[in-house]
Order: sequence, then C-alpha cells, then structure tokens
Amino acid sequence: MFKSLNMVSINQIQDEIIEDFAQFDDWMDKYALLIDLGNSLEPIDDQYKVPQNIIEGCQSRVWLAAELNGDGRIVYKAESDAILVKGIVALLLRLFSGRTPDEILNADLYFVEKIGLREHLSPTRSNGLLAMIKQIKLYALAYKSKMG
Amino acid sequence: MKLNSQIIQNIRTDFPILEEKIYGKPLIYFDNAATTQKPFCVLQKIEYAYKHLNANIHRGVHYLSQKATEAHEEARSAIAGFMGAAKREEIVFTRGTTEAINLIAFSFGEAFCQEGDEIIISVMEHHSNIVPWQMLCERKKLKLRVIPMNEKGELQIDIFRKLLNEKTKLVSVTHVSNVLGTVNPVGEIIRISHEMNVPVLIDGAQSVPHIPVNVQKLDADFYVFSGHKVYGPTGIGVLYGKEKWLNELPPYQGGGEMIEKVSFEKTTYNVLPFKFEAGTPDYIGSTALAEALHYISEIGLENVAAYEQELTAYAKEQLSTIEGIRFFGTAAEKSAVISFLVGSIHPYDIGMLLDKLGIAVRTGHHCAQPLMDSLHIPGTVRASFSFYNTKEEIDVFVAALKRVVGMLS
Ligand SMILES: Cc1ncc(COP(=O)(O)O)c(C=O)c1O
Repeated sequence: MFKSLNMVSINQIQDEIIEDFAQFDDWMDKYALLIDLGNSLEPIDDQYKVPQNIIEGCQSRVWLAAELNGDGRIVYKAESDAILVKGIVALLLRLFSGRTPDEILNADLYFVEKIGLREHLSPTRSNGLLAMIKQIKLYALAYKSKMG
Repeated sequence: MKLNSQIIQNIRTDFPILEEKIYGKPLIYFDNAATTQKPFCVLQKIEYAYKHLNANIHRGVHYLSQKATEAHEEARSAIAGFMGAAKREEIVFTRGTTEAINLIAFSFGEAFCQEGDEIIISVMEHHSNIVPWQMLCERKKLKLRVIPMNEKGELQIDIFRKLLNEKTKLVSVTHVSNVLGTVNPVGEIIRISHEMNVPVLIDGAQSVPHIPVNVQKLDADFYVFSGHKVYGPTGIGVLYGKEKWLNELPPYQGGGEMIEKVSFEKTTYNVLPFKFEAGTPDYIGSTALAEALHYISEIGLENVAAYEQELTAYAKEQLSTIEGIRFFGTAAEKSAVISFLVGSIHPYDIGMLLDKLGIAVRTGHHCAQPLMDSLHIPGTVRASFSFYNTKEEIDVFVAALKRVVGMLS
C-alpha cells in the first residue's frame, strides 16, 4: 500500500488537493468538500486518544500519534472532534502518512496558501493547522535521529 | 421611548461598521459580549481629541495641557454620574475590567489578607475574575471558595450564605454571566455580605452595556467594567471603589502621576484617584468613553434593556425550531446572550461555517473554563446581541444555522 502511494510525490498530492478545491468558487462548497473528507477519515483507536497526543492551541481537540513501520516509514494516526478539523487532518494524512522522515522534513507545504486554508481556517490558530504540521515534522525529526 | 424598528434603523446608521460586507455578505454581528461596535460620535471624539486636545495632562501649564486635563477630569465626573457614584474621586481609570480586578486583588490583598483567609467567587466567573484571586491566594496562602449554580444557571444563594464566614475577606462576582446571560442578584449578595462586614466587588463587564446600574443603590464596594464592551474604545476601563476602601488600599503600580513627592529616601502618594493611576493616563480613551456613555444614556438603558430582551426572546423562540438544539443558561433573569449546542456538532464547526455566511458569533469556552467543566461541555456557540441588532438579522442567522446544521449532520 505504501509503495503505491509512494509513486506519487508529496507535491503531486498537493497539486491534486489544490485542483479538488479549485473546482469550487464558493467557500461553502469548499467547506462541504472538507466535511466530506472529514467524514471519510477512519476513526483512530481509543489507545491513541490520550492527553499526551493532544495538540494544544486548538478550539477543538486534535489527537496526533505516529509510529514507524518496518520500511522506515512513518504512519500517522490522527483525529479531531470537529469535523472541519477532521477534514484538514485527512488532507495531512494523505500527504504525510507512509512517507520517510526525509520526505516529510523536506516537504514545502504550498497547498495551504493555494486553497486559502491559511487565510480561511487559521487566522487565530484556532484549528491548530500550523501546530499540527509542526507536530508532524517533529515526529519525523525524532524518528530520523532515532534511525541515525 | 420604546425602540421600534424605525428608531433602530436610525441607530444602525450611527455605526459605520454595520455596513461592512464579510465575504460579500452583509455583516451580522452577534459577538457583542466580546466587544461592541463604536458609534460615529465616539470615533469623532477620538479624532477630535487628538486634533484639538492632545497634550499630556495634569503637568503642563500650557493651554493644551489644561484643555486635555479638563476633558479627562470631566470624563471622570461624567462616569461617576453615569454609575451613580457619590464622588468623582471614586472613579479610577484602568485598562479594563481585567486590570481593575487585578488592582483590587493586589492592593486589597496587601492591605487586608492573611494566611487562612478566604475569598468567594462564583462558578460562572470569567477567567479575569478567577485568576487574579488565585494569584492572591497563592501569594498570601488564602482559600478560594466558589458559589455553585443550579441547572438553570442561577447562583445558589443559600449555599453562598453558608460559604460566608469570619475568614471571608471579600466576595467577587459577576453581575451578568458572559456565557449564560444570567443576571445575578448582586444586590442581595451585597446585602448578605455586608451583614458579615465583607466587601463585595462586582464585575460589571456584561451588565453596564445592557442594564441601568447604580453603584450606590446596589451599595457595591467595588464595581468594574470595560470601555470597549460599552461602545467605547479599547484600552480604557473603570474601577469604582467606595472612597473609604480606596483610601485604605496601597497603590498598585508606581510611577508618574500617582505620587505626591518623590525622593530616594521616601515617596509619598497622591490623593484619590491619582494614587491608583500610575503613568500617563489614557485621556483620549477616557474622553471617548464618556462620549459612549453619553450616547447610550441618550437612548436610555431602560429602553436598551427592553429592546434587547425582546430581541433575545425572539431569537430563542426561532432557534427553538432547530432540532437537537440545547440552550445553556435558562435563568429567570437573563441578559442578551444565548449559548447553545446542536446535537453532537462541535461549536467550532458551526462558528466557522456561520462566519462564511457573514455571521459573527463566538465559539469555545468564552474564557470560562471552570463553568464549561461544571456543565460537562467543551464549549458553546454564543450569540450575543446589542440594540443595533434586528429581528431580520436573527431570521438570517437562524436560516443560516439551519443550513449549516444540515451540512454538518
Ligand atoms: C464577565 C467578564 N468579565 C471580565 C471580562 C474581561 O474584560 P476585559 O478583557 O475587557 O478586561 C469579560 C470580557 O470578556 C467578561 O465578559
């Protein structure tokens, strides 16, 4: 599964996401897409919903955990109790889960600007988008140094 | 004068921001408990003061300094009149409610509190009326006691009576809850406290904009509010304190203005109210705040209260048609605030989508986390109204909410 996903680069996925959102002019339609993405996100196991995994600084709760699989790729598990945030989580997992620490650390996230997420969703940090990205990269850094 | 829809339409033209378009949609501003919009007269006052009155006050012998000083001190007198204070010296300018409470928590704590003493607050306080007391409790090893509420969001006065004892040094409660809208029986709380000779601070941040307040009738010892929540500018607020208390309290901050005489051996402090006003005061803010209070006094706070009640009742009735809606705060005495949740939808989702439809509401814990904990919820959606809001706006809001709830369920 990760192999096939890996054929596509993070940037290719970003471009896909940008295209998906570009179909809509009205922000309500863009949000409807985000809601669909949120609804399609697999719920995570309760074992991950522990206080250590909560990302602070969000109006909703966001849990984010990461594990290293056999081929040195990071699998992220994340969920939120707000559906729009879940939609964002789904986007981030699509981009990052199953990648190597280097791919994650080197990623330049331009999709956030391009689909207007920064402007529309994180002016007050209230959804923790930037905090989530930071935490995703921190996990990658930690696993990279662990792998040596 | 009953505020009818014609008068409200005229009033709306006083508030330039109400013409703003948000994402191309007319702004519907239902976040008035967070801050209120400013009428032209207040904006003009600020501009006028900077253009014609700007000089540092109380110090210069020159003409402009005299004018600025006069304006600032006239503002003080006007505010004293507005609140029904006995003397203008009982009005201390602060940066807002938060700073006023911190001032009392510090100065009162220094003067009157010792290890083992107790302070009473309530479960529905804003963080600004919790944290300064916690800091005092930590500094002086005091105990914080909390008045609980019933399921409607009304303070339990019988339990309050039991909390009061000879160790109680001060009671600090909000007049109106910023989350539930409950209007607390502060007159009764003050009367009960005074039977035990305990002074009371009232947080008036959410009352002064909505109901007539008279500090002498209430017999409040301290009463505080923020300018920005009552149509005035940000950065200015008021601490009313009875003269006898203020005289007994030590200064809060040191600096210019608050001194009588300074030498390296000893500094003596100025008289009231200057003892509590260190540094160059916000004389532009005070002048503009007085203008704001004049503006709402002209409309009449009784009229404001009656109209806002009508608006809130209408909103509640319309919102009740939404399936799965739950209201928080159903007290008999309520101000223009409605807090709610719909089904299991997260308040953040509702707030974000309403925003895209041009509607500003607040979501989250509203700086009252202990209250949220006691309700066992993480937050609410809060719509808070002002007299410049209309039933038509409520209709748009309710329709938008129905659409949003449809998308989210
Ligand atoms: C009841 C109450 N107290 C205190 C405050 C704090 O006011 P300020 O931030 O203006 O100091 C608020 C403002 O939200 C409030 O609603």
